[in-house]
Amino acid sequence: MNVILKTEKLRVEFSSREFRQATKVALAGLNLEVNAGEVFGFLGPNGAGKTTTMNVLLGFVPPTSGAAYLFGIDVRQPIARQRIGYLPEMTYYYKFLTAEELLRFYAKIFSLPRAETDRRIDQLLKLVELEHARKRPIKSYSKGMQQRVGLAQALINNPDLLILDEPTSGLDPLGRMKVREIIQRLKNEGKTVFFSSHELGEVETICDRVAIIHQGELKTIGRVHQIRESYPTLEKAFLNIIGYQPQPAP
Amino acid sequence: MRNIFAVAGIVIKELYRRKDFYVLFILTVLVCLIMASVNIFNDKQIVRYLKELCLLLIWVSSLVIAITTTARQIPAEREQRTLLPLLAKPLTRTQLIFGKFLGCWLACGLVLLCFYIFFGALAASRDHAWPLLNYFQAALLHWFALGVVVALALLGSLVFAAPSSNSTICFVIVATSLTVGRYLDTVALSQAEPFRSVLYAVYFAFPHLEWAFGMRNLIIHDWPLVDWGFAVLLILYLLAYTAAFLVAACLVFRRKPVN
Repeated sequence: MNVILKTEKLRVEFSSREFRQATKVALAGLNLEVNAGEVFGFLGPNGAGKTTTMNVLLGFVPPTSGAAYLFGIDVRQPIARQRIGYLPEMTYYYKFLTAEELLRFYAKIFSLPRAETDRRIDQLLKLVELEHARKRPIKSYSKGMQQRVGLAQALINNPDLLILDEPTSGLDPLGRMKVREIIQRLKNEGKTVFFSSHELGEVETICDRVAIIHQGELKTIGRVHQIRESYPTLEKAFLNIIGYQPQPAP
Repeated sequence: MRNIFAVAGIVIKELYRRKDFYVLFILTVLVCLIMASVNIFNDKQIVRYLKELCLLLIWVSSLVIAITTTARQIPAEREQRTLLPLLAKPLTRTQLIFGKFLGCWLACGLVLLCFYIFFGALAASRDHAWPLLNYFQAALLHWFALGVVVALALLGSLVFAAPSSNSTICFVIVATSLTVGRYLDTVALSQAEPFRSVLYAVYFAFPHLEWAFGMRNLIIHDWPLVDWGFAVLLILYLLAYTAAFLVAACLVFRRKPVN
């Protein structure tokens, strides 16, 4: 198997600015491997360390110890980001630009030739179903449309690896379904998708493998059907793995 | 360079799609046209006052545009979270800072072009003369002085959390430089030590934008051009301050967490 994303004993600590406050361990020796062509779900409750892991992979946060690699290149080198696409959670793109201008701007950063840029923009706006709104300023877009333009910008360089941070958060059921369909299509095209989500139903539908982390530690990793083998739903498995104990009713 | 120009292009687009420039331009035009339509005391030299007022309004408007446009760049990228997808691409933080600077500075250049064309037309309607070279020299030095202001505001946007506090501090620094900057050495002379040395240090460390600001007097009083050798030296002086503020901005931004 061709490993595209790898972390080795990844540890991230944040020192507190408050006096006498302990250092917060966001990640405690995380080992992860994502293979080419798979859709990998990264699960965990809020504050588990999902976004921190993504921030390390994207070079935003330096690891305290351990290492992370994309395509075998250390993430601290900017070249490691040449073949990835990233969609952050809840981003409001430049509202004075149109979708077409936004994509053209990001294409310039990847130094795509003009003809290739035009072709990619047409292709992506069709994929995310925004062809009709390509000349409209982004400020007039709905939340779902903004999320889809975000997906289009993440794909402008035709990346081999997509990192999506809660891509369906805040969307209505229709918006969620459209994003899910796009991820499915990308999977069919052979792209590797690494995404975090709280929507366990959608994770179950589209992911090949999942990892569950809690308090910075990897709790389990494996195929979806293996993890939920002895549980009725993935949600039950998730709650059990993170050690959630339901309180008895008073 | 391609990345820097791409970022700069977005800043310029933002400026001409927002209303700030149009509002300030229309206000300047209105005030100047009203002033031009009256002839107080039948003074034949009143055109000088008109030119002075118009140039002062141009300076104030350009400073407002330079500071407010620059001060919101990085904070807006953080707030809207567009900084994340941007830095996740092969774009370095240094390129982003230089792109933002170039965009704001070029946008200020375009703003100045519009203002000085209006000024030229207004002055020609009364003076019946087009001293183009004088206008060019004054506008050029004005533009390089704005370069210092843009770099300062960019550095401030990385140090201060809110764009409003950054704008206020930048306005205070620039206003101090334009109004009392030139008198600091004189004040220092009358002080005892150690205040004398402190004031001298401030005088020499402070960017003296008033030298470029003073160029407007040459236009107002129809004085001849300043020697181009001196103008080049002044440009180099302003560029040195711009470079110093930009380097400081890059160093601060390198240590700053992205989110």
